[in-house]
Amino acid sequence: MKGNEALAEAAIRAGCDAYFGYPITPQSEVLEYLSREAYNRTGMVVLQAESEVASINMIYGAAGAGKRAMTSSSSPGISLMQEGISYIAAAELPCLIVNVNRGGPGLGTIQPSQGDYFQATKGGGHGDYKLIVLAPSSVQEMADFVRLGFDLADKYRNPVMILADGAIGQMMEKVELFEQQPKGGTIPKPWATTGKTKDRERNIITSLHIDPKIMEQINLRLQAKYREIEEKEVRYESYMIDDAEYILTGYGLGARICKKVVEIGREKGYKLGLIRPITLFPFPKKAYADLATKIKGILDVEMNSGQMVEDVRLSVEGKVRVEFYGRMGGIIPTPEEVLEHFEKTFLKGE
Amino acid sequence: MDETIVKTEEQEFLEEDICVAENLVYRKPKTLTDTDLHYCPGCGHGIVHRLLMEVIEEMDIQDKVIGVAPVGCAVFAYNYMDIDMQEAAHGRATAVATGIIRVLPDKLVFTYQGDGDLAAIGTAETIHTCNRGENILIVFINNAVYGMTSGQMAPTTLPGMKTTTTPFGRDVKITGYPLKITDLVAQLPGTYYVTRQAVNNAGNVRKAKKAIQKAFQYLQQKKGTCFIEIVSNCPSNWKMTPVESNKFVEEVMLPFYPLGDLKVPKEVQK
Ligand SMILES: Cc1ncc(C[n+]2csc(CCOP(=O)(O)OP(=O)(O)O)c2C)c(N)n1
Ligand code: SF4
Repeated sequence: MKGNEALAEAAIRAGCDAYFGYPITPQSEVLEYLSREAYNRTGMVVLQAESEVASINMIYGAAGAGKRAMTSSSSPGISLMQEGISYIAAAELPCLIVNVNRGGPGLGTIQPSQGDYFQATKGGGHGDYKLIVLAPSSVQEMADFVRLGFDLADKYRNPVMILADGAIGQMMEKVELFEQQPKGGTIPKPWATTGKTKDRERNIITSLHIDPKIMEQINLRLQAKYREIEEKEVRYESYMIDDAEYILTGYGLGARICKKVVEIGREKGYKLGLIRPITLFPFPKKAYADLATKIKGILDVEMNSGQMVEDVRLSVEGKVRVEFYGRMGGIIPTPEEVLEHFEKTFLKGE
Repeated sequence: MDETIVKTEEQEFLEEDICVAENLVYRKPKTLTDTDLHYCPGCGHGIVHRLLMEVIEEMDIQDKVIGVAPVGCAVFAYNYMDIDMQEAAHGRATAVATGIIRVLPDKLVFTYQGDGDLAAIGTAETIHTCNRGENILIVFINNAVYGMTSGQMAPTTLPGMKTTTTPFGRDVKITGYPLKITDLVAQLPGTYYVTRQAVNNAGNVRKAKKAIQKAFQYLQQKKGTCFIEIVSNCPSNWKMTPVESNKFVEEVMLPFYPLGDLKVPKEVQK
């Protein structure tokens, strides 16, 4: 299955109630697949909106009504959604947002890229908020992270983003799909606007708190929630790190390239290992910090100008040398060029 | 302490003969909360809130209605209306309402929006929601200015009208023409009932209420988008007394925005 199709199929199986989206390459298959498959199978609402601005606000409405709602887009479309995402984060509505990242800035290219790391993990819209960000590096994970994403969203009443790139969306791989889940998830949502019945007060979904004292309290509560997420929801994969002298790191497609580099590097006798963050927020800071005193260096590989590398550097607090290799604009680095860069920077001391 | 209250003759008369249940003609609907309204004295927003809540109480649909509040003076509408509500981003109310009605098709969903919200930043959402024929009621308060941000030009500002951003009067050569968005949405096949009302005098208030009643009935019958423009006032930013502002509505606004139905359901047409 194609990554985008696996993701769409998983949305149906995860019990998603509604999808609102707008076409953009390289993720249009999600809307196409759902338009074809979803309604007849589970009654899931699928609607092509007039814009990304409208679709994210439809998500706000549907999520506020207590339903499992999802949208997907690619970089320029996600930029348009930032207004709505900030409101959703502030109103603490659970939902799933998928960004199949392409090359930017601007209209850019439709080729795969990882240029939206900052936007995804550091806020993106206005104000102090965080998304839970999951970075799949296989078609299997495109499917699995949909269910995980919805569950985390419901658990924390927070928007979750799946940050993939064009290559993961477009590549075909074998995938094992989970069983059909009940629609709407299992966590009750007594706060949702479903019509005020006599036995309860009215429910209000809002992000407006004019009184700065109250607004600060809300912010403190949000930050406490983000800290809890940082404590409990860190996910990462490590590979051959036990005896490693150097660590390669990257996320998504970048991590797959790094894995290859570890393998061909090991054949050449270099003691390489890999750390791959699965959650970009919360970032696996401790995993890097723990390694920092045991290894000689980290090479971070991304399809951007060096965005996640800032988090890696913050995590190791200067205790180990961190270098970066990246390609931009839709170019995918090859394992060979990464290995060459590794040899040049760490072994030849350039 | 002596707690005897001495009443005047007039008070006694009122209590005995007039203030009895059978004679009651005016009270606050139970669907309005006890929160004090923040609107300026004489502003139409308060009247329209009341009309909406009266209709919801009379039709006994409080448990079915979900409202969407705008960004604008009515941003706090959810503090006053005792129903479930969502506060939307500026201009996005009809997209939010679309999200709600699509997942809860048996509920009665309305948006409450000003002209800046609905006819400027939210034009695309408004037109496409109407064009899809979403089964919602859009209540559109046209006071010809941005009230909340203190009186800037709105798309609906009349030619020659002074606002803080058209200090010499709106010059259509520079700022374009007033947007009669209600006329526009009436052309769209998705809208079912489109009407323009006002709340500047008692007669018009009653007619506006009728329109709201009809709209909720159409929503119950799942007929499609109902759109009610209410030509209103903004005494504060028009720099007028409430009485003067209602006169301005009558004499200046209504000739430009004539009242009446722009689209009536075929079944109702004679
Ligand atoms: C994205 C965005 N842009 C601008 C604003 C500022 N703003 C708040 S209310 C408003 C105008 C509202 O005017 P209108 O919709 O006519 O309602 P009124 O206040 O007159 O009732 C504006 C521009 C905002 N809150 N959000
Ligand atoms: S500023 Fe104008 S629209 Fe807003 S409450 Fe006051 S009178 Fe009403």
